Amino acid sequence: MFKLRDKYAIAGIGTTDYSKFSGRTVRSLATEACLKAIEDAGLTVADIDGIVSFNFNDSAPAMGVATEMGIVNAGYAVDYAAGGNGANLITLAATAAIEAGLAKNVVCFRAMNGRSGFRLGGGRDMSAYGVTQYTAPLGWITYPQAMAMWARRHMIDFGTTEEHWAEIATTFRDNAVINPRAMQRTPMTKDDYYNSRFIVDPFRMYDICLESDGACAVVITAAEHARDLKQKPVYIMGGAYGGGPSQGDDLFDAIRWPSHSHNCFKYLADDLWGSAGIKPEDVDVAEIYDCFTYSVLMALEGLGFCKDGEGGPFVMDGRIARAGALPVNTHGGLLSEAYIHGFNHVIEAVEQLRGQSGARQIEGAEIALTTAGAMTCGSAMILRN
Amino acid sequence: MASKPYAKPLPVPDSESTPFWDGMREGKLMLQRCASSGEYLFPAVTFCPGSLERPEWTQASGKGTVFSWIVVRHPVPRDIYADLVPYVVALIDLEEGCRMTGNLVDCAPEDVRAGMPVEIGFNRVTAEITLPAFRPAEG
Repeated sequence: MFKLRDKYAIAGIGTTDYSKFSGRTVRSLATEACLKAIEDAGLTVADIDGIVSFNFNDSAPAMGVATEMGIVNAGYAVDYAAGGNGANLITLAATAAIEAGLAKNVVCFRAMNGRSGFRLGGGRDMSAYGVTQYTAPLGWITYPQAMAMWARRHMIDFGTTEEHWAEIATTFRDNAVINPRAMQRTPMTKDDYYNSRFIVDPFRMYDICLESDGACAVVITAAEHARDLKQKPVYIMGGAYGGGPSQGDDLFDAIRWPSHSHNCFKYLADDLWGSAGIKPEDVDVAEIYDCFTYSVLMALEGLGFCKDGEGGPFVMDGRIARAGALPVNTHGGLLSEAYIHGFNHVIEAVEQLRGQSGARQIEGAEIALTTAGAMTCGSAMILRN
Repeated sequence: MASKPYAKPLPVPDSESTPFWDGMREGKLMLQRCASSGEYLFPAVTFCPGSLERPEWTQASGKGTVFSWIVVRHPVPRDIYADLVPYVVALIDLEEGCRMTGNLVDCAPEDVRAGMPVEIGFNRVTAEITLPAFRPAEG
């Protein structure tokens, strides 16, 4: 279990514009976001001695970004091979590195040309190796195709319906409409949702997240150091990483997973809440990994906001809207803000806890949840101001 | 008339999976089984998870039920799958107790149901490769 409650803080945040076509190298996006995060913290590049990222061979190496920024001695420069599950892993790894004395101020980033460059949903090599040999030749290739299998099973086991997903998609869009950073700022009605075409049943287009070019970065430092810096510190209360049995080789390798109607968060929950010393009802705002609408339900159920199978009814009637009991994805999420692989959720949580979220600010937000991942492996953090 | 070369992804059999693909080519579903636990395994491994023994290959019944399924309507990559949509990919709970992947054919997408009994069929796509294509079976 994560044992560094409140000892480390997010001291700075930075983002690039989010777009469909950045016209820039991924490295330059990463460098821009990192430099903004460092400046936001009131630090300079000379203060940074660690840099961590995660990617699927679609990013700039941490050492390359350190080189472009002119970091003299990046004592802890690491790239995790991870997908959506990595967004909170790298921040937790940064606290561990500082605790171990490997670095003092670590910048963490995720950068991608996810629309104009390497498209995660866009198909694969025509030669299928490893576990992929049992999946890709069947025409089971893209992320939406992988996760529609899970979503279907949630419907079978619990009676989840498209009405629940429509509520999630339109709620997040409402938040994006008032978020200047969001890529999708056109209002979406329930009719718009139902009229969007089926891509892979049971998913319509609006069940599926955006593809984006952009980058996000945060600076992690010791809590006592963060208190002397420019911004109000956002403390890392708790965190967890991992999943359950049979996590598999990759996202299609969930064949041995016990049941596709629950995901990794069921296995992370005790460590997450235990490390932070709080309960789900203490959370003021939740930024939940939403590569697809249904994944929000599995996170809410797995982390104990409601019982297994009750995620659908839980999200109805405005409960997850900004004025609801549990505001979720106040930035619009991966569905409507941008797909920066869940790192944009960390940025939003920090802004909410600093009181810097403008029109979408949740008044009095003191504790935020961030999650990353949707299948067999994930990560999560509890942050506070 | 020369037929067009097969353009869709093809499995690359390896030292673990070759008996499975050899079986498919011969019209047999071959699965691994752990002698000590009795558990059937899919996909193929070198060590049985848990017991860490070497699994043995055995012919399976090819019968099972639908665990979950998807209907692909938007083809990706477009040029390769445009001729096939809509098509069904399913996870099948085999009679032997493990779960495997396959296409589901001879059934309209809207008629697929969870728990529906199916049996394996063999979709020969090249001289070397035959893919699992389940079809509805009598309950």
